[in-house]
Amino acid sequence: MSEISLQIDGRPVAASEDMSVLAAARSAGISIPTVCHHEKLEPFGGCRLCTVEIEAGGRTNLVAACVYPVQQDLVVRTRSAQIDKIRKLLTEQLLAYAPESEVLQDLAKDYHADKDRFAKEPSFCILCGLCVRYCAEIKQKNAVGFIDRGPSREISFIPDIAAKECWDCKECFPLCPTSALQAAFVLMRSLTSIKPGASEEVRT
Amino acid sequence: MIDSPAELERLRQTILAKRDPDQSRISVCAGAGCLASGASEVIAAFKTEIESQGLTNEVNTKGTGCPGFCERGPVVVINPHDICYLRVTPKDVPEIVARTIREGAIVDRLVYVETATSEKAVHESDIPFYKNQKRNIIGNNIKIDPKCIDDYLALGGYSALAKVLFRMTSEEVVEKIKKSGLRGRGGGGFPTGTKWEAARKAPGETKYVIVNADEGDPGAFMDRAVLEGNPHSILEGLIIGAYAIGAHDGYVYVRQEYPLALENVAIAIAQAEEHGLLGRNILGSGFDFSVKVHRGAGAFVCGEETALLLSLEGKPGEPRPRPPYPATRGLWGKPTNINNVETWANVPLIINNGADWFNQFGTARSKGTKIFSLVGKIKNTGLVEVPMGTTLRDIVYKIGDGIPGGKKFKAVQTGGPAGGCIPEEHLDLAVDFDELAKVGAMMGSGGMIIMDEDTCMVDVARYFLNFLTQESCGKCSPCREGVKQMHRILSDITEGRGKEGDIELLEEIALSTRNASLCALGRSAPNPVLSTLRYFRDEYEAHIRLKKCPSYSCRELVSYYIDPAKCEACRICFRDCTSQAILGGKNLIHVIDQTKCNKCGTCFEVCPTRFGAVIRLSGEPVPESIAEESRTFVRKRKAQ
Repeated sequence: MSEISLQIDGRPVAASEDMSVLAAARSAGISIPTVCHHEKLEPFGGCRLCTVEIEAGGRTNLVAACVYPVQQDLVVRTRSAQIDKIRKLLTEQLLAYAPESEVLQDLAKDYHADKDRFAKEPSFCILCGLCVRYCAEIKQKNAVGFIDRGPSREISFIPDIAAKECWDCKECFPLCPTSALQAAFVLMRSLTSIKPGASEEVRT
Repeated sequence: MIDSPAELERLRQTILAKRDPDQSRISVCAGAGCLASGASEVIAAFKTEIESQGLTNEVNTKGTGCPGFCERGPVVVINPHDICYLRVTPKDVPEIVARTIREGAIVDRLVYVETATSEKAVHESDIPFYKNQKRNIIGNNIKIDPKCIDDYLALGGYSALAKVLFRMTSEEVVEKIKKSGLRGRGGGGFPTGTKWEAARKAPGETKYVIVNADEGDPGAFMDRAVLEGNPHSILEGLIIGAYAIGAHDGYVYVRQEYPLALENVAIAIAQAEEHGLLGRNILGSGFDFSVKVHRGAGAFVCGEETALLLSLEGKPGEPRPRPPYPATRGLWGKPTNINNVETWANVPLIINNGADWFNQFGTARSKGTKIFSLVGKIKNTGLVEVPMGTTLRDIVYKIGDGIPGGKKFKAVQTGGPAGGCIPEEHLDLAVDFDELAKVGAMMGSGGMIIMDEDTCMVDVARYFLNFLTQESCGKCSPCREGVKQMHRILSDITEGRGKEGDIELLEEIALSTRNASLCALGRSAPNPVLSTLRYFRDEYEAHIRLKKCPSYSCRELVSYYIDPAKCEACRICFRDCTSQAILGGKNLIHVIDQTKCNKCGTCFEVCPTRFGAVIRLSGEPVPESIAEESRTFVRKRKAQ
């Protein structure tokens, strides 16, 4: 693997060819915030909090550091007025779902985000996909997945698989940056514990 | 099976020899638009009439591809004399056969009459709608029965393929496309030749080529017309592309909502296979290529190339980050080249006519012609193919014939749901990739929605953001949350809940969504907001500060009031009111009960203009109703 040298926040950084900008930055001790990133998982590019500014071939662009590959002589800036503005707004948008999340509260401090900026919809899930991807990539069970799309997107356990796999695993629980996963799991359990035919009694 | 270019040419000559150029040929558009207005019945009526008149051997009737003049469908063109009849119904058929086919006379009431001059245009080529276009691609549609390969072969179809396979190397093909300056017609505008070159040079034995026919923009139907009307031209382009980059398998990704396109493409593939134009050893050249059709399940975002690829693989259609680009890592990780329908359709034309022929059309950096779907508040709705660089004014007024109902032009929205609105001051803009971007709009795949003075621009932005809210895949948060929040703010503004700071917040969200989203959907989603804010900021301010909709379009901000001094107690509005909100009766001045009014505007529309008693109000209070005891209507004496 050949060595690549790039510049991050004015500092020369050496990286190997297969690294992302995020990995290169972290290896040099430069921190970039993330919510959906995990060392063991494939980069996802979902939360976009790791948005950084790059300069290559005379053009400046904003990219997600976790999925952007390093290039020779790439110039990266991890903080700027624009980047901070974007991270502040993204944090505020996620706080509407999980106002109590510690990860988000820390980000709110760093970027002066107002946790009451957007109307609260406390589903507790910010759709980072850590549980979904951990279950698919590491456990290879696919017991939890995304359903629907756009603003209606949710995570959901697949009852048939979850009933067999989840009780003894629960490895995804500590990954969750909010308390969403537990909530969803409890919901699934409550749904599957309804006896067959029970729902019919509710119908009028 | 055709096994050599000479054999292909012999077949073409055989087809032509069987056709008498002087024979009467009736072409009826059988595109989706004309079919919806009754084209199948017209075709059936022609066939019956021709048969009962004993003319079966003298007259050829066929359903063809869409020539674009959807406003006046069903469209019928009778050759050899190029007579064009519009809005033809089965009832007109006996007269057409008796007068035009038998006597060579014209049925006057079915020909185009120009509004300004009252002049008749008998020939298709004389109609201003067509005359001001340059129809390199869709011009052939009316000559082709898309279910019949012979029609395409008769026009020289697949000769570009033969030329490429036997007389050009793959490098030469790529060079020619590069030289032509062709840029992707799906929206990105990326140079096609450069894209091909990247896929050609990418290491790997297995490569793929794909037709992106997931046309999802509301109001856009140019790809549908080409795919339905001339599917072989797409296949020919695709096979040429496959040869150029070294692919042996290809896919046509068509949205499920285009059943006729799906049917015609499937028929075209089967016919091309039977003729040895697809499959093993094409035309005896040794080159193998086969193609499959994949039906898209309706997600707008699958028109984005990386989402399309995942959808083809059977995974959820969500975009993935680029790089790596599909040219190096595409379908199943293999180098893949994806182009839009219209891009592929240009390929055989460039091969046959040359790069210089192609780049004589257009502007410095946007070459060739582009098909636009002209819809909305425009007299001539339809498909319009013009050289790049044609002005908006020419498209709207010369080809589209202006705005109906004597209304004023307000804006044109280009580039699909994530495009931008261009106001009147830019009507002289020469439409190409770069000029559209400069004014905050984009080419997109070629949608053009015309808006008149009755359109509220805040509501337009809300409408498109609503569409994008439904169609965002939800993977990345700047798009999922940003689009949703922008839609919520716009809904508040149009429903009278707008507040100070909303515009600034919209701009702040737009910045994050535009710069931080994963794919082009999110990155362009703020355009409807930003472009309307750029040109129509005063409308936003009127909604927020005055609770006024200047176009009287946002229901929650509009009230209707009957001026008692003008009401003639005619009972028209009283009768037509959709919510029984009008109080009145014989000789009683009418009054609107504001608590019951649903603001549909029917009273305003039906009140006779000579009275003009119903008044629209926005941003101002509704006057008190006239007292009940004063409502008796006293008919004024007629002037002596």
